Amino acid sequence: MDILNALVLFANYVFVPATAYGAQLALGALGVTLIFGILRFANFAHGELMSFGTMAVILATWALQDMGVSLGPLPTALLALPFGIAVTVVFALLTDRYVFRFYRVKKSDPIIYAIASVGVMFVMAGLIRVIIGPDDQSFADGARFIITARDFKELTGLEEGLAIRVTQVITIIVALAVMAVLFWFLQRTRSGKAMRAYSDNEDLALLSGIDPDKVVRMAWIITAILATIAGTLYGLDKTYKPFIFQQILLPIFAAAILGGIGQPVGAILGGFVVAYSEVTITYAYKKFLAYLGPEGWAPEGLMQFLSTDYKFAVSFIILVAVLLVRPTGIIRGKVI
Amino acid sequence: MSFLDASHMTGGYGRGADIIKDCTITVEKGEIAVVVGPNGAGKSTAMKAVFGMLNLREGAVLLDGQDITDMAPQERVRVGMGFVPQVRNIFVSMTVEENLEMGAFIRDDDFQDTLGQVYDLFPVLRDKRNQPAGELSGGQRQQVAVGRALMTRPRLLMLDEPTAGVSPIVMDELFDRILEIARTGIAILMVEQNARQALEIADHGFVLVNGENRFTDTGKALLANPEVRRSFLGG
Repeated sequence: MDILNALVLFANYVFVPATAYGAQLALGALGVTLIFGILRFANFAHGELMSFGTMAVILATWALQDMGVSLGPLPTALLALPFGIAVTVVFALLTDRYVFRFYRVKKSDPIIYAIASVGVMFVMAGLIRVIIGPDDQSFADGARFIITARDFKELTGLEEGLAIRVTQVITIIVALAVMAVLFWFLQRTRSGKAMRAYSDNEDLALLSGIDPDKVVRMAWIITAILATIAGTLYGLDKTYKPFIFQQILLPIFAAAILGGIGQPVGAILGGFVVAYSEVTITYAYKKFLAYLGPEGWAPEGLMQFLSTDYKFAVSFIILVAVLLVRPTGIIRGKVI
Repeated sequence: MSFLDASHMTGGYGRGADIIKDCTITVEKGEIAVVVGPNGAGKSTAMKAVFGMLNLREGAVLLDGQDITDMAPQERVRVGMGFVPQVRNIFVSMTVEENLEMGAFIRDDDFQDTLGQVYDLFPVLRDKRNQPAGELSGGQRQQVAVGRALMTRPRLLMLDEPTAGVSPIVMDELFDRILEIARTGIAILMVEQNARQALEIADHGFVLVNGENRFTDTGKALLANPEVRRSFLGG
């Protein structure tokens, strides 16, 4: 029995990566849930919006690097973030102006919006490949680790190391800060309350003199900010792969629906639940169990519920299960 | 001329048939006017017409002498109309105080006074100010709904069946509050299912049948009118 080593092993391969991943999913799901709450459709283009934002940040990062600008141990991408956000906000507003507004004026069904957003998704995916290409881009620079596995081992004398990457810590800090600002905005400011009112009861909001165009614009701006930050954090943590964003849409939707669509707190909750489920189910527990068992014993096989190749199946199962068992989600959201 | 003078209104929803025909409703300042009538008589439709949620083919709506026939509902709120819909009339996920704040959304001045007045009128709302409005009882929800409409300091308050689905005790209390609101000089136009109780507090009553004015008189006179009693008040 070696509980300490088992825990460190678990933290290193499951808890820390899943927390960072959960924060990224939560930010993504917040954007989906916000658009659903205000515009009342499932925005399939959200993954590509994240991709677009990340691409803009990468281009700005390269420009900054060429100019010799750096943040020292922190990734230069953080400095490029405001630029990426600005470009993505403009892009999202243009999409709304030239695609979604048409359906809003016609008062189309939500399903028509959703299909239109699939179209937007494909156009954006193409656009992104034209601009930055289909290849992986690594744009993280600065220090890689806050503590490496070796340093940790030397420090604690344990057999297992716990490596914490700079990008993981940045992900969690930035995500928490963004969420705090978002909730402050929604709960405390006049505009935020107007958005909540509009999401709650559109007719009464109109009666109260809330301008629907302003609310919709605000929703897109916030969504574009969230998407750019989520995509950039995801890209820093892993690498930027243009094709990944159509896949990541599944866990993001699962998170939003699990938490209760239209409910920001639910989106965050859902993001972490999906991330932890995905990582814990696809992790091979062989070594972990070996530490917990008697000396010299190790389980046969990998002790893995699902191969990592199937990690997206976990989101899919969660999605189906939630829709069957509790379609409103954890925090009573809207029913799709 | 009356403070609210909605005369000869004819119209329906979209391009459908006319639901109200040559319907006239008037309200004086500080008075309560009640629209009653059987189911499907067009009571709510008449009120929606006054509020601009209906395209009028004929007729005009004048508020304090100003012709507002062509104004959208939102604009009518700005010129002094407050409207409490029959259903979905509160923001269920927001607190009581946030509901009232949203009522005051179009106001740029300090509305703390009005907030205080609403709390004085409905003391229970002050106690529950930080509770989500969706968690309140039916009667309290109606108070939130009326309070929300009062936040713009309307000159005409319109209530679409405010006592629908509340207990008789709550109904009496709600009517008391409405009388109190009228005493502050606000004109009140109310559509009511509970005709007898509503006519008791009404200065004027309008009995609609098939979208047309059948009887128009003071509340007392309508209650005393044998034909009205027999046809609409159950004897």
